[in-house]
This record gives sequence, C-alpha cells and structure tokens, in this order.
Amino acid sequence: MPKREDIKKILIIGSGPILIGQACEFDYSGSQACKSLKEEGYEVILINSNPATIMTDPDLADRTYIEPITPEIVEKIIKVERPDALLPTVGGQTALNITLALEERGTLKKYNVELIGANIESIKKAEDRALFKEAMIKIGLNVPRSVLASSVEEAMGTLEKIPLPIIIRPAFTLGGTGGNIVYNKEDFAGLVRKGLDESPISQVLLEESLLGWKEFELEVMRDRKDNVVIICSIENLDPMGIHTGDSITVAPQQTLTDREYQVLRDMSIRIIREIGVDTGGSNIQFAVNPDDGRVMIIEMNPRVSRSSALASKATGFPIAKIAAKLSIGLTLDEISNDITRETPACFEPTIDYVVVKVPRWAFEKFEGADTTLGTQMKSVGEAMSIGRTFKESFQKALRSLETDRFGFGSDGNMEIEESIRYMAEGQDINTIEKELLNPRCDRIFYVREGIRLGWSMERLYELTKIDPWFLAQMKELVDGENTYTADYSKNGFTAENIVTMKKLGYSDRQLGFISNKNELIALYEKGESARKEYSMKLQEVEKNVRRFRIDNRIIPGFRLVDTCGGEFEAFTPYYYSSYDDENESVVSDKKKIMILGGGPNRIGQGIEFDYCCCHASYALREEGVESIMVNSNPETVSTDYDTSDRLYFEPLTLEDILSIYNNEKPDGVIVQFGGQTPLRLAKNLEKNGVAIIGTSPDSIDQAEDRERFADVVRRLNLLQPENGIAYTQGDVLGIAAGIGYPVLVRPSYVLGGRAMAIIYDQKSLVDYITTAANLSPEHPILVDKFLEDAVEIDVDALCDGESVYVGAIMEHVEEAGIHSGDSACIIPPISLSPEMIKRIISATESLAMELKVIGLLNIQYAIKESELFVIEVNPRASRTVPFVSKTTGVPLAKVAVKLMLGRKLKEFGLSEMKKFPFISVKEAVLPFNKFPGVDILLSPEMRSTGEVMGISMDFGESFYKASLAAGDRLPMKGTIFLSINRRSKEELLSDVKALFDNGFRLVATEGTARFYSDKGITCETIRKVSEGRPNILDLVKNDEINMIINTPSGKISKDDAYYIRQTAVRYHIPIMTTIQAAKAAIRGILEVRKKDDIFILPIQEYHKKVT
Amino acid sequence: MTKKSYLILEDGLEFEGTGFGSDMETIGEIVFNTSMSGYQEVLTDPSYSGQIVTMTYPMIGNYGINDDDGESSRIQVDGFVVKEYSKTYSNFRAVRSLGEYLKNAGIPAIEGVDTRKITRHIRDRGAMRAGIFHDKKGALKRLLAHPKMEGSDLASGVSCREPYDYGDKKDGRPKVAVFDFGVKKNILTLLVNTGFNVTVYPGSMPLRQVLKERHDAIFLSNGPGDPDAVPYGKDLVTSAVKEGIPTFGICLGHQFIALGLGARTFKLKFGHRGANQPVKNMITGNIEITSQNHGFAVDIESMKKIRDIEITHINLNDNTVEGIRHKKIPLMAVQYHPEASPGPHDSQYLFNEFYKMIKR
Repeated sequence: MPKREDIKKILIIGSGPILIGQACEFDYSGSQACKSLKEEGYEVILINSNPATIMTDPDLADRTYIEPITPEIVEKIIKVERPDALLPTVGGQTALNITLALEERGTLKKYNVELIGANIESIKKAEDRALFKEAMIKIGLNVPRSVLASSVEEAMGTLEKIPLPIIIRPAFTLGGTGGNIVYNKEDFAGLVRKGLDESPISQVLLEESLLGWKEFELEVMRDRKDNVVIICSIENLDPMGIHTGDSITVAPQQTLTDREYQVLRDMSIRIIREIGVDTGGSNIQFAVNPDDGRVMIIEMNPRVSRSSALASKATGFPIAKIAAKLSIGLTLDEISNDITRETPACFEPTIDYVVVKVPRWAFEKFEGADTTLGTQMKSVGEAMSIGRTFKESFQKALRSLETDRFGFGSDGNMEIEESIRYMAEGQDINTIEKELLNPRCDRIFYVREGIRLGWSMERLYELTKIDPWFLAQMKELVDGENTYTADYSKNGFTAENIVTMKKLGYSDRQLGFISNKNELIALYEKGESARKEYSMKLQEVEKNVRRFRIDNRIIPGFRLVDTCGGEFEAFTPYYYSSYDDENESVVSDKKKIMILGGGPNRIGQGIEFDYCCCHASYALREEGVESIMVNSNPETVSTDYDTSDRLYFEPLTLEDILSIYNNEKPDGVIVQFGGQTPLRLAKNLEKNGVAIIGTSPDSIDQAEDRERFADVVRRLNLLQPENGIAYTQGDVLGIAAGIGYPVLVRPSYVLGGRAMAIIYDQKSLVDYITTAANLSPEHPILVDKFLEDAVEIDVDALCDGESVYVGAIMEHVEEAGIHSGDSACIIPPISLSPEMIKRIISATESLAMELKVIGLLNIQYAIKESELFVIEVNPRASRTVPFVSKTTGVPLAKVAVKLMLGRKLKEFGLSEMKKFPFISVKEAVLPFNKFPGVDILLSPEMRSTGEVMGISMDFGESFYKASLAAGDRLPMKGTIFLSINRRSKEELLSDVKALFDNGFRLVATEGTARFYSDKGITCETIRKVSEGRPNILDLVKNDEINMIINTPSGKISKDDAYYIRQTAVRYHIPIMTTIQAAKAAIRGILEVRKKDDIFILPIQEYHKKVT
Repeated sequence: MTKKSYLILEDGLEFEGTGFGSDMETIGEIVFNTSMSGYQEVLTDPSYSGQIVTMTYPMIGNYGINDDDGESSRIQVDGFVVKEYSKTYSNFRAVRSLGEYLKNAGIPAIEGVDTRKITRHIRDRGAMRAGIFHDKKGALKRLLAHPKMEGSDLASGVSCREPYDYGDKKDGRPKVAVFDFGVKKNILTLLVNTGFNVTVYPGSMPLRQVLKERHDAIFLSNGPGDPDAVPYGKDLVTSAVKEGIPTFGICLGHQFIALGLGARTFKLKFGHRGANQPVKNMITGNIEITSQNHGFAVDIESMKKIRDIEITHINLNDNTVEGIRHKKIPLMAVQYHPEASPGPHDSQYLFNEFYKMIKR
C-alpha cells in the first residue's frame, strides 16, 4: 500500500527527561521517527522537554516544542498546530499515558487528530492489566493468576486466593515503579499501599509469583496489511523475579528448541492481533516453566521500548524507523532493508553472533537505598556487547560496563575479587549463598566464586535459578582459566594458549593478571603503601600480554552485523570484534576521525555526551571527513548504524580501542566528547601512539592537576578558593583551620562528587576523615574553602587557539556547593551586573587561551561578594552543551569539531556572546521515587539522572515550566507547608508574604509559624511528627498540602524533616529544599497566576530572536 | 582429548577444527542454514541427504536432543559444521547431547571453525563439494572423486521401500497418497491433523498402482538432490495431470510438478536454507515468513509460459518462484516448507487449502 496522502502533519510526543526505566532509547526511537517521517515528506511537530536529545535538534522536526509534556500543554500545541495525526508509540510510557489523557479530555476528537501506530483501544488493552488478562484468556493463553485491587481492603482478600509470594504491580507506571514481591502476610498491606500510591489510577495487580521461571521477550512488528514479523528473541539470564531492565539478557534466545520457540512466536502474533496494535513494534514478555515448558504471558508493550532499542542494535534492524514508516501506511514489503539493500524489511533477522546486555547500577550514589534486585528497575544504564560465542560476548559485556572490571573476574580488581576470596577462604559460605539467593548487582561474580569453590551446577541452580546452560558457560570460562594457568606455568605465553583464551573473551588485563597472579596478590597484600606499585604493575603485565599478542599477530578481526547471517552482501559498516579467522572491515583511504563515545549511561555521564558525540559525527560528515564511532551503549543515537560512516560496537577500554585504531589507522581521535570514559584513557592512548585531536591531553592534565592548575590561575591573576592537599589527619585539620570553615572536602581519587562533603566545624571534619575518606599518603584529601551563599556560574565556550566564543553564561539557581548537575540553571544570568558578565567573559577568554584549548571548554565559577572565583575548568564537552545549543541555536559541539579540524571561529561568524529576549531554565530530574529511604537533600554528590528545559519570555514562567517538565506541578492555589531554618526565615519573608497576599493558605511548624505570624502573615501551626496527631504527614496523606518548602537546619539527621521529605516524594508533592529554589518557585507561581496562561513557542521561533 | 579435524572445500579452502560426533571421514555438498534454532530438525530432514550442513548460528547443541523433534527416524545429513558445539545442554525435553546423537548415528561433525567465513565463501562461490577429514593426506583427491550434486538422484536413497499407513485412520476421511522422496515427519503429521487418512508410498511407485487404493488426492513430498535426475518424479506428475486427481507438492515435489508441466529447474548458487525467508502470497498480497531448504529452483520464465498456471508465491529476497497452482485442475505446489520444523508456522494454511481442493 502506498503511504497515506490524507495526512500531512504529524505530532510526535517524546519521552521527556531521562529517568530510571526511561532513558536514551526514546531519543533513539524519536529521532528515527522524526527523520523517517520527514524523509517521507510529512510535516513533523515534536514535543519533548528534554534538551539533551538529538530529536529536539532544530532540524529534526519542522517545529519543535521544548515544553513540559502535560495533557494541557500538548492540547495547546494541538490547538495551534492542528496536526492531522499523532504518533504515540515512540515516546515510551510517557507518550502513551499522555495520549490516553488527551483522549479522556476529548482533545483528539475536538481537534480531529487521528492516532497512528496504535489506537486508544489497543493501548488500553495492553496497558490496563484487567483488560490485558481478559484478552489473553480470550485467545486461550495463560497468564499468572491475579487479582486487581484499588484499595488495601480489597487486596486483603487475595491472600486466600493466591499463594505467597505475591507480586504487586502498580498499573500505568514505568520501569515497574512501586512494584514489589511480598513474601509474608505482615508486609502485605504496606506494600499494597505503596503500589497504590505509585499508580496514577490507584490500582495494583496482585499476581501469582513465577519466581525462577525462565524469562523471554519477543520483539514483534505488524503492518497495516496484517503482516507480522519477529525481529528478535531475547532470553533473560536472570530468571523471573528480577526486572528485565535489571537482568543480564542475551539475544537470540539460547535454551529453547525450535518447537518451543515457535510456540512463543505463534503466541506473539496472536497477541499483537488480539490487542490490535495496527502498525509498528511491540514487545511481549513470556515466562516459561523450566520443568515442563508451560508458558505464561507476562506483559506487552504496544510501543517501541528499551528492549526494541536493544533488539535494533542487536540485529541491525531499525525497529523505530520501520515503525514510523508503517504508521503512515507503508507495508513491510514496501520498505527495503538498508543493510542488504536488495532484500525487503519484511523478514526476520537472523544473527550469527551472540549479544549480551548487562545493566549498570548507581547504588553508591544513594546511601540507604535497598540494593536488592526485584520487580522494580533500579539500574541507570546498560552496556551491550557482541561476540561470536556467549563466552566471548559475556566477557566483553562485563568489561564494557566500566565498573573497573575487565571481564568475568580475574582482572586484578582486588576490591571485589579479594572480598569474595576471603569469604571463601574464611568458610563464609553463608554470605556467598546469601548473595546468590538474594540478587544484588554483583551477583554474577558470586556465581563465579561458587564455581571456583567447586559447587555443583545443581547447587548453583537451586540458589540462582540461572539456567544450567548459562552456568555451564561460566564454568567453561573458569575451566579455561585453570587450563591456561597450568599451561602458562610450564610454557609461558604461547600463541596457542593466548589464542584459546582470546576466543574465550579474556582481555589482556585478565591475561596479565592470571599470568602473574601470585606476584600481584603478594604485592596487593602489602597493603595501602603498595597500591600505586600494584596498579602500575597491573598495567605493565597487561602491556606485556598485548606486546606478545601483537608480535604473534594475534589480533581481533572485525565482523559485520548484517541482519542475515552472511546470506547476503551487507553494505552498512557496522562491526564488532572477535577472535575468529576473518577481518571483514575494509578500511578506506579517506581522511577519517574516530570518536570515542560515553559507554553505558550512569549518573553524571548520560545522554548529553551522546548528543555531543553524534554532533561530532554530523560535523565530520559536513566537512567530508569519514567518521568512525566507537560505543557500547545500545540505547543511544550514536550506536545507530547510520549516525556515523562506520560504527564499532565495542567496549571502551584501552585494548579494544587500540585494536580498532590499528585496524582503521584514523587521522585522529576525539576523546573530549564522550565524558569521563574516553578522557580517562586519553593519556594512555597517546602513549600508545594515538593521535588525539583538539585540546591536547597535556592541556587536559594541566586543567585537572591541582598544582599545575593553581599556577595557571596565578599567572592569569584570577582567584581560586583557598585550598590544600592533606596526607594526614593533622594536615587536614591544619589546612582547614588555616583557610577557615566551612570547607569542601573530598578524596583526591574519586570522580563525580563521590564522597564529597561540606564541613562546618572541626568535629565533623574528624568524623568525615574517619568514616568517609580512606585517608593515606596514597589517598590524600583535597580541602577547599567553601564559599557559602555564593552564586555558581557555568560557562560553555569555544576556542580556536586565536579567539574565544562564549556560548553562554549560566547562573545556577541553587548555591555553590550543590553539584552543578543537580542544580537548576538559567540562561542568560538574571542577577549579574553587566560588569561581572564582562569579567566572566574575559576570564574565560584568558583561561581558554592559556590552556591552548581547541574546541570546547566548560568553566565553573563562584561569585561571592563581587569576587569571581574559578572553581574548575574542563577543556572538553560538558553536560550543559546541548542545553546551551538548544537555547541559543548555536550547535557548539559541531563547531568545536570543525575547530579541531583546523577551521576558525570567524568562519562561523562567532565572536560576541549571543543576545536574546527570552529566558531558558534547565532543571535536574532526580530518581528518589525509586530509592525510598534515601534523603532527597541536594549535596555536592550528583544524583540526577536527567534534565528538562523550560523556556519562555520571563524567568518565573520558565522556572515554572522547568519544574512542571521535571514532574513538579507548582500550585496556583491551595496550601503550602513551611518548615524553614532560622537563617532563611527573614530572607524568604517577602516571598512568603506574596503567597499569603495571593490567597494561599500557609501552615508551618511552630517556630516558622510564629515568625511569620509576628509579621502579620496568617500562618497556622501544625504538629511535627513527634508531637502527636494529626500532624503534617496526615495532612500530606490527605492531599491537603500542595507544596512544601523545607530548608534543612545545618546538621542533617533522620529528623522530622526527613520524614516530611520522604512523604513528599511518595505523594509527588513539589518540595523545595533550598531557599533559592523556593524563591524561584514562588516567582514562577506568581507570574503564571497573574497571566493565567502558559506561553508556548517552538524552538525554531525562539532561535529567530537570537542576535 | 580433542581430536583435530579438517574441513576442506573442493576449491582448496581449508579449516582446522575439532572433531565431534563420529570419527569417520565424510564428503558431500557443503551448504549453510541460517536458522538460529532447530538443529535437530535440520539433522533429520531427508532433504539434506548428501549434504554437509553448516549452521550460521554459532552456538549449537544448547538444548540437546529430544525424542520428539526428529523429522525422520535418523540423521540424514552427511556431515555437520558448527562454530561452537555446546557440550552442556539444558532443556526439560532433552535426553542426550548432540555429540552423542551424532556419534551414535556415525555422522562426523566439526566445531571450532569460522562458520561465517565458510558461509560467505559459499555465498560468493556457490555450494560445492567438501569433506570433513582427520587425515589431510589425499583428502582433496578423494573429495574431487565424489559425484557432484547436479545430476544426482538422491531421492531414491531416502524414500521408503514399502508403502505404510501414517497415523490413525478414521472412516469417512479423504485418503491421500504421499509419494515419499524423503518426506519430513511433520508433513505427515499435518496431513493427518488436517483430516486426511495418510498412506505413504515409495516415490518411484507408479501412479496407476497407487490409485488402485482409491485415493482422493496425492501429495509429492520434499526430498534431496537434483529433480532432473529423477525422471519418475516428472512422469508421476504427467500421469496425475491426466487423471485430474487433486495434487499438492512441496519442495522437490514442487519441482517435479514444474517439470511435469513443462517448466525448467536450475541449480541456485547457494540455495535457500533457513527459517526467515519472506514469501509473498500473490493472491492475498500477504507475506509469509517461511522455512526453506532447497538448492534447486523453478525457472520463472519457463513457468510463465505454461498455460493455465498461476504463480501464487514469490520469494521477496530474489524473486524466485515459491508457489504455483493450476487454474483448471486441482493442482498446487510450493517450493518452501509450510510444515516448518524448524521455522515459522505462517504457511500451515496450505494444508487446509489442499483439503478444500478435494472437497470441491
């Protein structure tokens, strides 16, 4: 069927900020959808609040609204744009939920907007658990026994019908939020309540537990003519009971016979037809009983999902792109397969390799979080790897995670290795068993220890329910290592033993460690004093392996991902490495540059860096230079096969990068765009002869090394907060006393604000040294003067070695001391004098020139009492680059790459900082609802997973929009609860008065209430939790509170305020924990109240106002 | 314990790997199959007689071998080539390992070779003779002495010797005579499930003799080898057309029907073997994902010239003929495998169409 001519304009809803359970994969799917619909000649309107996405680039859609994704705002957009159709299936759960809300409001009908891809009935049928269950029973399929409940009372009856353990699944939540497994009656009511709270419709499904069943997923596509194909099957290595987002997964499925697999395939086809997904992709999850093969249907997502991103990268079949084309009426046989060119997209990919995905968690950032893995997803990212065998792929996946593991153990990472080994030696078998039985993020390494201890496969299976096939594969890895060790002790390195181990996926680091194990362990056991020597030795033995390997021509070949198992010639250069006979990567003799990506998403390194890497690639293409992308993150746009000229889906380790480098021999490598991952490798790459373009590793070092940087600052006559490096407790106390409290302290060897703290007195400092920081001469502590109440400023700039262009000056809403990634920020600054702005520009220019930056740099400043302090300089892409680019319309990352290629700023007409009449606010999005118990107070440690942008003509409204986009609906009326520390009461006086004057009801704790009542502001007193009932928590639970302002008083403990904050998160009540955020929020509320309307405008229109 | 083994192709390309299964030497036509699961069905499919099958999926043996999934009573391939043989298997139906199964059947196999390289080689140079050897000395010479696939009647070797009834017979059901050129078990099962009483005859048995049993329809099965080398296949079709008896053919059966109608067949460069081949049904316009296993195909131009024949199915990858039917008499045939095993079940409706053809 030809594409539809009756629709011209299509609205796409994006997924908003990166959250746990909803990450970059929807930038991948949304970007593909935008591109392919435009390609087919449709006008595309996009809404997405996330500025760090490729899809919100101004040239991807015709009109792009970076606005909060709420039903009201989408309706406004529909009213203005009058699209003919809405594509709801590429923006994750967010887009589906909004679509349902629009239908309920009657918006779609009112403006005559047709849904394409999926209809309301099918969305409801798939998403509503009762309807889904009914549909499955109707077509004769089995679902776990379950009962729906809308109240705790209703739920209690279930205990008689379904045996414990029971799974609680809240309706309409993403990533299984609020889901739980109940093992005993005692916990039942509480966990049901929690589930009800999380569900937007206050409904939970109480479901028979299938713990330990095998879990499979199928990715299905259907077109308008009812052709259905299966793109990929995925088997979860971790069985039922662990959310698939938190499971290690493998594609294709490994342990079902064809007959059993075809049963799942047939069921998938029946399900997609019954649910009625018209066109596009769906994901269906199955549980299979390992003892008799019985199948239960778990769920279906009637949209592209995280698994479809994985399936696309795993097979080379671009699910989102095809889904978009199917939505406008094309059929599968009318679309050609890009990779083979001659065959159609109407087929089922077959692969001749094994794909393994491993999740990446960030529990270290969330003190007090429950680290057990269960039905609620907790990981923040994932890495995928491709190898010819499971063993090779599995080891590559583990080293792709960048958790300092170089494979399945035996890699010299003694922190984990040794703690487990000591457990084993100390006969602490119970702990190992416990870790196997109650999965946490390191479980797989405990499995290895069980194997090493000689435990039977049966015992390991009973504890983990990991299929014996996977356990056997892991055992073969351990056996391989033992065989190698014996052979090595006799013969040293031989071509045979190294090749054998390479085929098992062992990295050079592992081989180095295994070959020198005794010596290394002895060195490690010397203790702290020998750590540096240990780590140097580890690198040296790794290098020895590499040298032997290369001397003996034992190098990996690169194989093609071709969708067809080699049956047809493939034209898309999408490669993975393997130790097999052939190298299929035919290298061109064009000028080419290699871009190192950011690896798995983690807190502090996410989509922003992928955005920059993609832009690097686009810029290279524009300059006629071949682009080579290296990355291991399947969620991203950078790992789409058509983003770069060549794609290597590989781990970002020194070994893997050098292998690609030696194969491609590019003219240069870009390490400055992928965040810490490539940056940490820069020096070692350079040592290995890799040509790094742009700012030199030496300049990067100059900016990062404290002493060298202090010199730079001195030379330029700039200021830095006073600081020192302490090697002993005496040093720390001495330095702190010298520069005066408060001080900002952190261990020298950690990144991203880990274990960083602001200390107000000597006693707390002693506490910090003894508990948080592992102080030693090898691990000194950095002590900085903390600038209290200072305004923090971020600057992104470009430098070509001759001149500097300041992209933007960003003023942080929260004060200095709160991690810049967690702070809201504003472009242009709203409280700085023109003179201060001049000073910032001039300081930026001199720092850029002094550090000989070629490309991007980011500087953090603090302003206190009209003094400008330089906090840090990063001569690389920063997290704020996409935000600045979306605000000003200047594609900083692209220009930076062109500067790296030798072009000059003046060629792009970039000199003066841009001016514009609007204000753009970036707000951080934090995952506290996934980690109950973790205090939400912001700190120097970054914990946000994503960001949103609010843009408007006024600051208040921009801030209001940013809050709304981040999920906080600031109230226009109602009750506000105040609990404000002594220092801040006065400062907030005028703001509180304004709330009062605008008719808000104010309630407060006693001290706060008295203070404001004395000033003539009516403020009711409410009991603290410790003062009896009804207290503040009761008000919150009864929906009587619309916003909370709670500024903590100095020392943070599990006091009343902590419980209030926890409750606010649970009940989704906007809560401001800093004075600055409170002021901004109040300003937002007042401005929006006054206008009684929200102003919307596409980003392309804003950019026209930039001069 | 591992024993070195060699895979040698007739153009001299050589791979060293590890032998498993039987210790014997074997020679046959090397082909590749792209199904990711279903190795037990592939091994036991009589159409692979005379062939050494390379699986493109690299990990084979994962779920062992069970008692139910064989497509015939024994292993039919002459050799088996995999990237990695999984010594440990895990599946609730499994009763033995793949290695044990091959060994018991006396079929040699090799693992640890670059199957993707083999596949790409066959794709570029075409299917050719190859052997699995333990002793390289004189191997190539022995290999070149082996007959080529073109001109080989392999069907006679895998056909049953005596007629037999398959499945339970029920009164009042139409009777189908299956001409066995190497029939797969699931074809028979599906015929029974569709509602036929099934009797299987040696492929070479004359139609006249079979029809004495008063069958309502005949079925021409799949099978190995070159259709042109089996003259009685073509003759069978000529007689069937004269009789006007409802006829259905699959794979080799389809090729016989084409030959019997006067069309030509030819050898494909490297064949279609896998479970993901898109076939368009030209009548409904729908796409079926099909299971395929054939090295020869029907020449489309010669088929188009035949009166009253309609091409009902086309392969979307290379536009070859996948199915035909006669407009006047009850006769239809498909090149691919609607019985799947292994592969998708999208095309099982054809058995019902066959059934309806008799009812008419």
